[in-house]
Amino acid sequence: MRSAAKTIRVETLARVEGEGALFIKLAGERVADVKLRIYEPPRFFEAFLRGRHFSEAPDITARICGICPIAYQMSAVHAMERALGVAIDPAVRLLRRLFYCGEWIESHALHVYMLHLPDFLGCQDVVELARDHKEVVERALRLKKIGNRIVTLMGGREIHPISAAVGGFYKVPSKPQLVELVEDLEWALEASVDTVRLTSTLEYPDFEQDYEFVALRHAGEYPFNEGRLVSNRGLDIDAAEYEDHFVESHVKHSNALHSAIRGRGSYLVGPLARFNLNFDKLPLIAQQAAQAAGLHPPIKNPFRSIGVRAVELVFACAEALRVVREYEPPAVPRVPVTDRPGVGQAITEAPRGILYHRYALDEKGMILSAKIVPPTSQNQKRIEDDLREYAAQLTTWPVEEATWKCEQAIRNYDPCISCATHFLKLKIER
Amino acid sequence: MSSEKCKPRIAVFKFASCDGCQLSLLDAEDELLGVAGAVEIAYFPEASRRMLKGPYDIGLVEGSVTTHHDAERIQEVRRQCKVLVSIGACATAGGIQALRNWKDVDEFIRVVYATPQFISTLKLSTPIAEHVPVDFELRGCPINKGHLLELITAALAGRKPNIPTYSVCIECKRKANVCVAVAGGVPCLGPVTQAGCGALCPSFDRGCYGCYGPMESANTAALTNQFRVLGAPDDGIARSFRNFNAWSWQFRKASEECERK
Repeated sequence: MRSAAKTIRVETLARVEGEGALFIKLAGERVADVKLRIYEPPRFFEAFLRGRHFSEAPDITARICGICPIAYQMSAVHAMERALGVAIDPAVRLLRRLFYCGEWIESHALHVYMLHLPDFLGCQDVVELARDHKEVVERALRLKKIGNRIVTLMGGREIHPISAAVGGFYKVPSKPQLVELVEDLEWALEASVDTVRLTSTLEYPDFEQDYEFVALRHAGEYPFNEGRLVSNRGLDIDAAEYEDHFVESHVKHSNALHSAIRGRGSYLVGPLARFNLNFDKLPLIAQQAAQAAGLHPPIKNPFRSIGVRAVELVFACAEALRVVREYEPPAVPRVPVTDRPGVGQAITEAPRGILYHRYALDEKGMILSAKIVPPTSQNQKRIEDDLREYAAQLTTWPVEEATWKCEQAIRNYDPCISCATHFLKLKIER
Repeated sequence: MSSEKCKPRIAVFKFASCDGCQLSLLDAEDELLGVAGAVEIAYFPEASRRMLKGPYDIGLVEGSVTTHHDAERIQEVRRQCKVLVSIGACATAGGIQALRNWKDVDEFIRVVYATPQFISTLKLSTPIAEHVPVDFELRGCPINKGHLLELITAALAGRKPNIPTYSVCIECKRKANVCVAVAGGVPCLGPVTQAGCGALCPSFDRGCYGCYGPMESANTAALTNQFRVLGAPDDGIARSFRNFNAWSWQFRKASEECERK
């Protein structure tokens, strides 16, 4: 007979981006301690951004994360445009949505199929998954590739694309170039609906939490680059007010700062939050796919995030098709931007949740200070809270199975540890 | 992943980095299952929770060394790998995080972290080759996934990988791009930067910013003078060399010479 778990320990978390470890201590039926330890070394972006020109921020901050570089580029350009009082062309706005669609498709396809699905089907990785489910993996790879194709068309390459600029893009695609995407996108839309259906056949642990969901909300669309920051507990603020409502603390076991809502504690960002707060803004095809799979907001079971991510795949494909059809190139790829002092904040929706940037600039447009709060550092506290509750259900389980389930509970958040470590906070706490 | 004994075993290790270079392997959507059929992916935590012990035939190392712990870990990684390849600008040149190398890292820690004593980090961010012998360095921020596949193929065949060492200018000419520097007066690092990206930035009407690091025999002094002719200030020229390959000796020398002016 196998013994029940006393401690659950994972020295190297797999199928997440970056380096983390997990430690859970059980005392009988009780969870005595939970530590999600982030040992990824710090890289100090906020410190070395000082003294760089505003125009360099999109290319430099992209290097925080190879999985979601566009999110960093988008939050950077929007924050800079606010600091510098720049208004962009509506066609550029559309193109930025398409750019984000590409990143969401690539990132969500990667996570749903290659990082998360293996847990549900008892596989170690996607290669093992391909042995019994080859057609599923082939669909995953083609979907992912279509996301990457959008990014490459618009930015030259999949990782750290080079076209994003403050004021617009260095170069914009022609209408015929975008129209060439239509056939792929129509296939991807169908494949995404199939993905939602696939997730409805999986088994989910019986586990719900009473979360505070935080996401952008925009009057007319499912959020990417713009909107008020809202929650299901009454938060409704502009990006400029972010630091009045959120606070970060530095804990010893982590090189990533923990973020909390002032006076309330942990909160959740990412697909579940967006879906629950913006279901009415999803296109009909995404709403129908969700409902057919039994996904009705609010979803409070974090394991079901895989289905919600799949619904967002449907959204991203449908939105990309809309942009391709409506697009007419702007008069100029980017509007001229002049150096001047200012402070600008922006929040955009990275695949994993809200990404906050703030910059202060001097009269030559040089960065005086920078603050970046990535989604994973915001979810980190919430992940530990989930583990504390969830591990209590596993106290009688054999240690190996309990460990795997806890890893899966972490992967519910698609954590990007590389991001979380590289951005912490700028202000010195006194 | 498969456990057939005859297959060469590949391992992927991460140091301080953004994860983008190892993601390139997963981004090879058309080739991924083929690669997984030809080799045993024995250790690749970003993709698999099955982590097999060494030794390995090929080790791919992403990221730079920035902590005492990592300085020790790279020694063990080297012992475990028959062939060791550093991939990407962090592993080959220290990465963007090497900008600390010119600054006071303790001040950096205080700027970012509320409790500096929790943080353990080295004063310098350094490339893998400064710590252990490396069999090949694959450049780029990020690497070109075609290069990565060529490198794995070459290692399996026991030959030298066919990776260009000439400048971005050659790629630009092959694409018949109009020169952004000559025709547009835009400062461009193409003449001193190693090829590999396909001259992306000039193809998008902007100057190269040096993702692939210095080419063989880069003439940075001549380029610096040309930037001055175009009207760029010395601090701006220094910054253009201080990006993802800032700590490579050629770009380091070029930026420090501009600072001395």
